[in-house]
Amino acid sequence: VKRLSTLALWAVLLSVPWWLSSLYVLHVLIMTGIFMIAAMSLNLLLGYTGQLSLGHVAFFGIGAYTSSLVSLGFTVHLLPNWAVTLEPKPVWFGMLMGILMAALCGWVIGKISFKVRGAYFVIVSVSFAEVVRLVALNWLELTQGPMALNNIPVLRLGVPGSFEFAFLRKPANYYLVLLVGSLAYLLIARLVHSRAGRAMIALRENEPLAASVGIDVTRYLVLATLVSAGIAGAAGTLYAHYVRIVDPDVFSFIYTVTMVIMVISGGKGTLLGPIVGGLIFGLLPEVLRAFSIQPELQWVIYGVLMILIVYFLPAGIVPAVRHGWRGEKAAAPPTAAATPAGVR
Amino acid sequence: VDQLLQHIVNALILGGTYALLGIGLTLIFGIMRVVNFTHGELYAFGAYMMYLWVMLAGANFYLALLLAVLLGVALGALIELVLLRRLAGADIDTTMLVMIGAWIAMQNLEQFTWSGVAKSINTPFSSTPLVLGPISVSWNRLFVFVVASALIIATHALINRSKLGKAMRATFQDRETAALMGVQIHRVHTATFAIGSGLAAAAGALLGPVFVAYPSMGDLASLKAFAVVILGGLGSIPGATIGGFILAFMEELGAGYVSSGFRDGMGFLLIIGILLLKPTGLFAQRERIG
Repeated sequence: VKRLSTLALWAVLLSVPWWLSSLYVLHVLIMTGIFMIAAMSLNLLLGYTGQLSLGHVAFFGIGAYTSSLVSLGFTVHLLPNWAVTLEPKPVWFGMLMGILMAALCGWVIGKISFKVRGAYFVIVSVSFAEVVRLVALNWLELTQGPMALNNIPVLRLGVPGSFEFAFLRKPANYYLVLLVGSLAYLLIARLVHSRAGRAMIALRENEPLAASVGIDVTRYLVLATLVSAGIAGAAGTLYAHYVRIVDPDVFSFIYTVTMVIMVISGGKGTLLGPIVGGLIFGLLPEVLRAFSIQPELQWVIYGVLMILIVYFLPAGIVPAVRHGWRGEKAAAPPTAAATPAGVR
Repeated sequence: VDQLLQHIVNALILGGTYALLGIGLTLIFGIMRVVNFTHGELYAFGAYMMYLWVMLAGANFYLALLLAVLLGVALGALIELVLLRRLAGADIDTTMLVMIGAWIAMQNLEQFTWSGVAKSINTPFSSTPLVLGPISVSWNRLFVFVVASALIIATHALINRSKLGKAMRATFQDRETAALMGVQIHRVHTATFAIGSGLAAAAGALLGPVFVAYPSMGDLASLKAFAVVILGGLGSIPGATIGGFILAFMEELGAGYVSSGFRDGMGFLLIIGILLLKPTGLFAQRERIG
């Protein structure tokens, strides 16, 4: 049954551009998919290692900016008479650089900040995102500041001139996001089921105990941050070459909050959680817009929903549904696992 | 040198309000173990209350200030009773998520109520500044400094001299033992959150007339308060007081001598630097990992 439903899911996912006539809805799906990928990467940190990164949008933005800048080319004066120039490079190369750059930043941040935990890590990650936003806003020569990077080229694959495919239209971008999303899912699934993933879960549950049995805590935290930042950077590069304009607002805190809401509502520490949460909170703004609710009130609703989810579904939707389904099937009495996981 | 003196005076005046913000936040974290993301919204609330009473209701400036602070205290108590009371004993991540939700809801409610346009607030002070040799200070800023200093001293006295302060210190040291000794932990929590919120609202009410009131003003205030608190060590009130002044000095000198665009970035660079060199903050004794 599970195999069949997986096949059916894939059939639906792959056929969307065939039966979906509205390009606007397809656009919403693409944007939702991009943020889902970012939420999946946040889940690796928040759900599996238990570290709340409130600066996650920094990696997303770094991916977007790096990829755009490499494919547009730039000249910066590091010293008054010493300029560095980069000629425009192909987009696929820029995307690769974006991912690597984000991962590198993740590694550095992990190295610096995992001297501290909990509330401190949260504040460090917020500060990091804010510093990066200020750099993007003020380093006019490189980033154009609030004027934004415009005319970012789209991804082209193949041999230039003879056979070339451009990801210009929405269906092509849909498949691209689907492909990257699947790869990210597989990578995260492999990682959390590996030895490293078990180590991460162990230190989420009880760090002193994990350390005492010889798990190198900092090493695994840094590894998780590196992978997570790389995937967030990949989402950022997809965003840059799909929207084709990048300004310092990509570092807005509200994007981090969107990712956090997607993860905790779906269920942190589950592979499907960010996807379910991402679908709900990616489509919710459109639903609310259909009821002509102003954007401020939409965010008020987000905030209140977030509080309600923490109170009433502390483990998230996926664990709750899974639990309910199993409970019904086996008609088992409620066990200790029924106590909310978030409230200890 | 004249320019440097002017920067130092500006920093002293700004530092008072940063210290107010930091003390409120560190009090709440130290005693309740709550990372208060609504802190900046209380700051914005204070500024908007000044706008409401002074500009819309036409009330006396000083009366409006008092009202703004008292309403901040009331709002803080309300947040504690409605949102945090039922989470007593929950882990720090859970309360953090709830506070983030509250922050987003409050900020957007503010934007919805007052619109995105910045509001300026009139003051009864003369617009000719006080000139002392090479230094000039506006009367309004001087007033801000005096009131902020008074509030800082009053808070220190409250913590160290009053009975409530003793209960707060006991809860800070050991919650369970304090409860066993007959301290009403719930009441201490409500009082702490109310006082911390009142201080944030006071900072907003004081600075609102100096600058302008706008909906996202709380974000920067929150982040600066975090910087101040990290600088001084989470939970340390003297640390937060001194941290506020250090941050203000860094900002003034950074804006004056490096680039004004990075004024607001100084705090974050400071956080990252502190965590690299002395992760426990400048004044905290306790180990922070755990």
